[in-house]
Amino acid sequence: MTAPFEPARGYRLNPAVALRPEPFGALAYHFGTRRLSFLKAPDLVDLVRGLGNHRCVSDALATVPDGRREVYLRALAALAASDMIVPQTSTSEVPC
Amino acid sequence: MQQDTRADRSQADTASRSADIADDRGIDDDSGITEELLVEEVSIDGMCGVY
Amino acid sequence: MTGGEPQQSERVPALVEQFKGGLAAPICLTWEWTYACNLACAHCLSSSGRRDPDELTTGEMMSVVDELRAMQVFYVNVGGGEPTVRPDFWELLDYAVASQVGVKFSTNGLRLDAGRARRLAGTDYVDVQISLDGASRQVNDAVRGHGSYDMALRAMENLAEAGMADFKISVVMTRHNVCQLDDFARIADRFGAQLRITRLRPSGRGADVWHELHPTAEQQREIYSWLIDHGDRVLTGDSFFHLNALGATTIPGLNLCGAGRVVCLIDPVGDVYACPFAIHDTFKAGSLRSPGGFAEVWRSAPLFAQLRTETSGGACRSCSAFSSCQGGCMAAKFFTGLPLDGPDPECVKGHGASGLTAAAGGGLPRAEKDHSHHRRAVDVGMPSIRVPAKPCDSSPLAVTT
Repeated sequence: MTAPFEPARGYRLNPAVALRPEPFGALAYHFGTRRLSFLKAPDLVDLVRGLGNHRCVSDALATVPDGRREVYLRALAALAASDMIVPQTSTSEVPC
Repeated sequence: MQQDTRADRSQADTASRSADIADDRGIDDDSGITEELLVEEVSIDGMCGVY
Repeated sequence: MTGGEPQQSERVPALVEQFKGGLAAPICLTWEWTYACNLACAHCLSSSGRRDPDELTTGEMMSVVDELRAMQVFYVNVGGGEPTVRPDFWELLDYAVASQVGVKFSTNGLRLDAGRARRLAGTDYVDVQISLDGASRQVNDAVRGHGSYDMALRAMENLAEAGMADFKISVVMTRHNVCQLDDFARIADRFGAQLRITRLRPSGRGADVWHELHPTAEQQREIYSWLIDHGDRVLTGDSFFHLNALGATTIPGLNLCGAGRVVCLIDPVGDVYACPFAIHDTFKAGSLRSPGGFAEVWRSAPLFAQLRTETSGGACRSCSAFSSCQGGCMAAKFFTGLPLDGPDPECVKGHGASGLTAAAGGGLPRAEKDHSHHRRAVDVGMPSIRVPAKPCDSSPLAVTT
């Protein structure tokens, strides 16, 4: 059972997930769970790829226009729920 | 919303369902965006053409 | 607002639009590794039995795996014939897995002894699917041949014993086994396996037995209800989306024809078809032995471009059920002689029935490739494992490369 999604934490793409670019965005396939997801926006794909570079999800969303943040948060929550993105593990986990 | 894609599937059934959706969305909507699904999961065995 | 139905009707148009541009690669695909088979099932969609002399060599197979890896194909469904008949099967399996291409292989259980079962249980990214078409020896063997039920069950025992969790048991639904749905579920539970039921298509040898074996209209309703009751626990390979018009609840799956859009078939000689149920020149996209290989066929084949841009429908578009059933299965229509822009032969509204009567008069399309074992004796109503007539029949790999 995955932990609830917390935008104040840092996340990253699960190494067990293959992200394949497509005209509409990307396909994400989790080799461990065999779950498959359509990511239906190229911006979302960039966001997911770059997640690991930010201290927390909220930071990563800083460049996203206000009106879109809610949609992206839902998308990220869905990805977290299916183990496609996972909390960053770090020794000093300081939430944003 | 991708209303334009419905043009390809002009069926009575879909039409009546979209009317329902439009009503629901009307309540929420100025962003409308809150209804968008950017992530959609499909079973790896959920595609026809595989025996 | 509920998340259910509105999401369903939202989903279908959106994804169909995405596919029009063509995906970078299939999401998954069926790859038949040989036409050789130890069995002679009555409904074999690939008309398998005898090895083709021109089958891809080990080296060629590995090159295909390399291509699939480069294209990031996530997953291949390996079948045949009986894929484990190839002496290089285990080598190829390991090679695919090591190349980050997941494999599910479909087998009648021939080579799955205890040792191999243990090996498989310890291998990641490999799924095993055992074919079974009856929950009793009598029903199963009538279609798959004498001894096939026992062979399948033995393989299941070995897999369960070896700790292979969630292997698949895949059943083709026929008039004679719809009444055994609960029994199939019990067999799956017994072995810790996952049940998968699929649609009988009039493809390959299936064309010869379709009329007598395909489920009745009443049985289709039974299948639909049973699937709804069992939710996500039972897999279907999305092969029953034509039944969605029977009710408000949609069977889980993409619910549209994936041929040439998200899936395709690679056959044992490297020919690429739209799907495994459509092995016929009409649905042949090309050959991966041509320059550019598989990638070139996937990206540029005119057949695929046509399948991706075509909005299916035709005569079906005016039917209230169209958004649920999408006009059904292209292969089912083709091999029963029905027009592709018309109803499915098993249209739940009955629109296909009159078409079938009309089509019966003319000649039906036949698969050009027939690798069936040569028959020495005709067993009326009871197909048996054929007695081999030539050395290459007894040892499908007698001519080794």
